[in-house]
Amino acid sequence: MSLAKHWRMQGQRYRLIGVQCEDCGAKLLPRRVVCPQCKSSSLEPYPFRGQGMVYSHTTIYDAPSGYEGYVPYLAALVRLDEGPLVAAQLTDVDVEEVYVGMPVEMVTRRLRQQGEEGMIVYGYKFRPKLKDHA
Amino acid sequence: MMRPLRDVGIVGYGAYVPRYRIKAEEISRVWKMGEDSHHLEEKAVPGLDEDTTTIAVEAARNALRKAAIEPSRLSAIWLGSESKPYSVKPTATIVAEAVGATPHTTAADWEFACKAGTEAMQAAIGFVGSGMAEYAMAIGADTAQGRPGDQLEYTAGAGGAAFIVGPKEESMAYLEGSHSYVTDTPDFFRRPNQQYPTHGNRFTGEPSYFTHTIMSARALMDELGYGPEDYDRVVFHQPNSKFPVRVAKRLGFVEEQYRDGLLVPFVGNTYAASSGIGLAAVLDKADPGERILLASYGSGAGSDAFSFVTTEWIVRGRNPIPQISDYVNRRREIDYAQYARQRNKLVMY
Amino acid sequence: MQKVYIAGIGQTPVQEHWDRSARDLAATSILEAVEEAEIDKIDALYVGNALSGELTGQEQVAALIADFAGLTGTEAIRVEAAGASGGAAVRLGYLAVASGVHDAVIVTGVEKMSDLAGPLVEQALVTSSDEEYEAIHGLSLVALHAFLMRRYMHDYDLGRGDFGHFSVNAHRNAANNPFAMFRRPITLDQFQKARLVADPISLLDSAPVADGAATVVLCSKKVAGEGAESSVEIIGSASATDAVALHDRPDPLFLRAVYDSAHKAYAQAGVGAEQIGIFELHDAFTILAALSLEASGFAEEGQGVRLAMQGEITLEGSIPICTMGGLKGRGYPVGAAGVYQVVELVQQLRGEAGANQVDARLGMAQSIGGTGATAVTHILKSPD
Repeated sequence: MSLAKHWRMQGQRYRLIGVQCEDCGAKLLPRRVVCPQCKSSSLEPYPFRGQGMVYSHTTIYDAPSGYEGYVPYLAALVRLDEGPLVAAQLTDVDVEEVYVGMPVEMVTRRLRQQGEEGMIVYGYKFRPKLKDHA
Repeated sequence: MMRPLRDVGIVGYGAYVPRYRIKAEEISRVWKMGEDSHHLEEKAVPGLDEDTTTIAVEAARNALRKAAIEPSRLSAIWLGSESKPYSVKPTATIVAEAVGATPHTTAADWEFACKAGTEAMQAAIGFVGSGMAEYAMAIGADTAQGRPGDQLEYTAGAGGAAFIVGPKEESMAYLEGSHSYVTDTPDFFRRPNQQYPTHGNRFTGEPSYFTHTIMSARALMDELGYGPEDYDRVVFHQPNSKFPVRVAKRLGFVEEQYRDGLLVPFVGNTYAASSGIGLAAVLDKADPGERILLASYGSGAGSDAFSFVTTEWIVRGRNPIPQISDYVNRRREIDYAQYARQRNKLVMY
Repeated sequence: MQKVYIAGIGQTPVQEHWDRSARDLAATSILEAVEEAEIDKIDALYVGNALSGELTGQEQVAALIADFAGLTGTEAIRVEAAGASGGAAVRLGYLAVASGVHDAVIVTGVEKMSDLAGPLVEQALVTSSDEEYEAIHGLSLVALHAFLMRRYMHDYDLGRGDFGHFSVNAHRNAANNPFAMFRRPITLDQFQKARLVADPISLLDSAPVADGAATVVLCSKKVAGEGAESSVEIIGSASATDAVALHDRPDPLFLRAVYDSAHKAYAQAGVGAEQIGIFELHDAFTILAALSLEASGFAEEGQGVRLAMQGEITLEGSIPICTMGGLKGRGYPVGAAGVYQVVELVQQLRGEAGANQVDARLGMAQSIGGTGATAVTHILKSPD
C-alpha cells in the first residue's frame, strides 16, 4: 500500500500546482525540474486556476484494476486556460453531454481507494462549468 | 447567552449539494409499492466519486472565495460530520490541505449528529472572539446513510455548508449572541460496527427535536430581548418538511420568515449541513440590516441558536460564486438501482 | 561499423498458450532460429520483454531464458520499452554486432499475457503510461489512444467506421499466416458493430494481447561468410523517444518519436519513404497505425486514415502494411511484437511469405512503446 507516493503529490493533486519558468515564462503542469522549452532549471510553483476546455474525451468501459467499481466513467484531456494539457476524469456529466471544446472547471474528488481498509486517494477531476467565472 | 469579548461575524460562507436526485416516490415504489406517504419531493445523492471530504472541500472553497481572504490566514478548519470517510484520521486536515490553509493552523473533526457543524461554529466564534485567531472556518458536511426500506431512507441526503468566522468589521452578518441547549437524549445513534443508525421513531419528535430547538431558540431570544417579530428570517434544522414548519409556528414565526431557508423538500436532510445550507440560502437572498435566527438540532441531543444581523457586505460576491440555488437547481434524476450503487448498498466483494 | 545480417528466424504461434510458460516459448523460438542459422558460438542474448514482472512476478528473465535454452553463461540482458521492447532488443542486438563488439547474437522477444485476465491486464498495460499523471486517473492504455482517435476524428472530419480498413486488412492477411491468432477475415460492417472498450475505440480497433515468442539471430559478415549473399541485411536502425504522457507533448497527434526514428533510419540506409516496399507498423490500435503512416512519411498529416480508405495499405497497394496480420491479426504479445515484425519481414524479403507475398526489396519494421514515447525503426534489405 503506497502512502508516501500519494502524499507527496497532494499539492499538485488537490490544488493543481505546477511551475512557471522564470526564464521563458512557460507555465507547466505537471511540475518539472527542467523547462522543456528553454531548458532552464529556474522553475517556481504556480497555481493553475482550474478553468479550461475539453481537448478530447472518452468513456471507459473496461477499467484497470482498482477502478472497476466506477464504470462506465468519462475521461478527458483538458486544455487549461493557461496553456497546458492535463489528463483527468470528467465528473457530474452524462456521456451525451460531453463535446470537444466544452468549458470545464476543476473539482476535488475521490480518484480511488486502496481497498476497503487502505488510503483514499483524492485528486482533480473536471466538470462542466457551473457558473461563468469573473 | 454567550457573547465573545471581541465582536465577530460571518466573513464568508459557501455551500454544496451533489447533482443527483432520487424522488421519494421512487423509493416508495421499491419498498411500499408506492403506498407510502412521504413528506418531501426528492433528496440529493452523492456521486460515486464524492464523499464528506469532497463536499466539504467545495463548500470551503466557495466560502474562501466569498470571504476573499488568503487561506493561510485561517487558524482553524473544523469539520462536523457523522459520515466521515475515515473513522480515525481527521477529514479536516484533507480539507485544510486542499484549500491551502496548512500548515500553521488547527484542524479537527467534530461529532454531534446533525448539529456538528453548528457545534464547530460555536467553537469558531469563541476562537476568533477570544483573540486567539483572526479567522476560523466551521463546516458541516454529510453523506448520510439510510437503512434500506426504513422511513429515514426517504430523507437521508448529502450536502455541505462552510462558514468563516472573523472580525465584525469584515462580516457579512455579525453575531449578536448564541445559546446552546444540550442533554443526554438518545433519540438517534449508531454503534461503531453498524452500517446504519438506529432511531427512536416518535421519540425523535417532542422530547428531542422540539424540546431542544424550542429551548435554545427561546433562551436566546429572551436574553436578547427579542420576539419572533424582530426577525426577518429564521432557519431550523430540517430532518423532514414537517418538523421545521411546526417548530417555526410554535415559536411564533410565519411562512415568509422560514420559506427561503427551507431546502429539505428538494435536497433531503443533509444532516450536519442541514441548518447550514438553510442559513446559506437565506444569506444569498438577504438585504443589509436583516436579523436572522438560526437554531440547529443534533440528536444525542442538543440545539445551537445564533442571532445574526446582515451588513452592507452581504451582497459581495453573489456572482460569480455559486449560490446554493445553483446547486439545488442542478439536478440529475436517478432510479433506485443507480441510487443503491452510488450509496454503496451493493456488496461488491 | 560492421554490416549486420539475419542468419536465422524462429517464432511460436501467437495464442493463449495455457500449457506453456514464457521460458518455454522463448526457448522453442531460440532453438528454431539457432538451428536455421547454423552458428556455433553465440556471444550474447537480448530478450525483449515488457511485463514479465508485472504479470508473472518474474524478473531477470534474460538470464533465466539463456539458461533454459541451453545458453548458460552467455551474456544476456533484458530490454524493456513497453510495446517497443521487441524492437529495442533488436536495436541492442544490432548495435552489438554493428559496433564490432560481438559477431553473433540472439534477439528474442517473449511475452506471457494469459496468466492474468481482465482488470489486472489493463493495469499491467497502463504501466507504459505516466503513472503519476495518467494511470492514477483510472485511464487505461485504450483510453489514452481513444483521446487520440477522437481528436483526430474531430480535426479531420472522419467517422469511427473509417478506421475499419486497417482491421479488415490485418485480418485478411492474418488468415494466411499459420502463426497468427486470428484466421478469419472480418468485414467493415462487423467493425462498425464491435463493442466499445473506451469510445471511440472498439474491440476491433484493438490488437489482442496473447502469448508468443519470436527470435532472430544477427551476425557479422565474418560469421555469415558466403551465406551473407543470401541473407537479409539490416541497413537502418534507429530509436527515439518523446514525452511519455500525452499531455506533455506539444501536439499529441504528431508521433515525434516515430518521425525521428524513421527519418534517422532512412538517413542511415540512404533511402526515403518512397523506396520502402513493406511497412510492418505497430498497429496496437487503428489510430496508431494512421499516425505511424503520417509520421513515417507515407501520408500527409491527417491523411493516414484516408490512405487506408483508398486501399493503399493492402498487399496490392502502394504501401502494404501488416502483411502477415500485424499486431491486430497475428496478435500482440507485447514485448515480442517488435521481433515478430522483423521475422515476418525476413520471410517477405526471402520470398517465403506464401499467399501474402509482396514483391519488395526494402522492408521497414517499427515498434512503439505506450502512446508513442519510444519508437524503434529498422530497415531491412532483401538478399542480392
